[in-house]
Amino acid sequence: MIEAAYAAEEGAHGAHEGGLPNPMHQFEIKRLIPFELFGFDASFTNSALFMVIGATLITLFTMYAMRRRALVPSRLQSVAELSYEFVANMVRDNVGTDGMKYFPFIFTLFMFVLVMNMLGMIPYSFTVTSHIIVTFALAAFIFIGVTLIGFIKHGAKFLKFFVPSGVPVVMLPLLVVIELISYLTRPVSLSVRLFANMMAGHTMLKVFGAFVVALGFLGGWAPLAFMVAFTGLEILVAFLQAYVFAILTCIYLNDALHMHH
Amino acid sequence: MDPAAAKLIGAGLASIALVGAGVGIGTIFGNYLQGALRNPSAAPTQFANLLLGFALAEATGLFGLVVALIILFVF
Repeated sequence: MIEAAYAAEEGAHGAHEGGLPNPMHQFEIKRLIPFELFGFDASFTNSALFMVIGATLITLFTMYAMRRRALVPSRLQSVAELSYEFVANMVRDNVGTDGMKYFPFIFTLFMFVLVMNMLGMIPYSFTVTSHIIVTFALAAFIFIGVTLIGFIKHGAKFLKFFVPSGVPVVMLPLLVVIELISYLTRPVSLSVRLFANMMAGHTMLKVFGAFVVALGFLGGWAPLAFMVAFTGLEILVAFLQAYVFAILTCIYLNDALHMHH
Repeated sequence: MDPAAAKLIGAGLASIALVGAGVGIGTIFGNYLQGALRNPSAAPTQFANLLLGFALAEATGLFGLVVALIILFVF
């Protein structure tokens, strides 16, 4: 019965007969330019379109804002310098000065996630980070890269990371397993955190948007007021999740570089 | 039991995980406020940790929500 209802996705919002619009319809990936590469579906989708828009926006913004490199910055240059300083301080505080060579990576990551989350807040746009495959790809690359950095810097001694110091030897077999599991779940928790936050927020906005329409002119004000407040909260969450994503990457990087345990 | 009904009940049960997120976020902000009022000068230095703790606590609850949504929309 439910399957039949979801299968009958019709209309601009995926509304099915006599019910509220399907809140998951907004996450649908559409093929804009169908394309096949070696038997794989490599179509240019709306997800890819928004990634291109985001990357273009970041590039244009940083290049245009810094075109004069004035000593007394213009307003736009101040914004660019502010975002640079924000991420630079984050890296310096969490990884240390020797981690500054990874600053370009963290800055790119932070700006990408932030712009993707913010673009998703525009009505009728698409949130790239609400798909777990996108966030998991980011997190998996971070995980593999950080582990490689650890092994390159410390060699086989990096395995001592999984052996907590100052505990009785009897406890070690158990603790090493726990440490290993907690290390291996990092990419999962990093990606699911971002994806779940984005998806839950957008689903809730959609559900309450349907309430506004369903209650009509007389009763729709209450959910509308809630939606305005909730949109503000969602913008905060969009920034916060980008921040948390970047800061956790910094913390993982710090673990690999300095290994204090 | 009707499988469709069991699915809806299961999704509802999975979303109980959000109780934990609520308790966790409340604890984090409550304790931050308590500490900040006792020692206001130290409060801004711990703001990053506050946001980090908030995000970590919220994420564990959202894992439960993801399970609920998977039950509803995937199976």
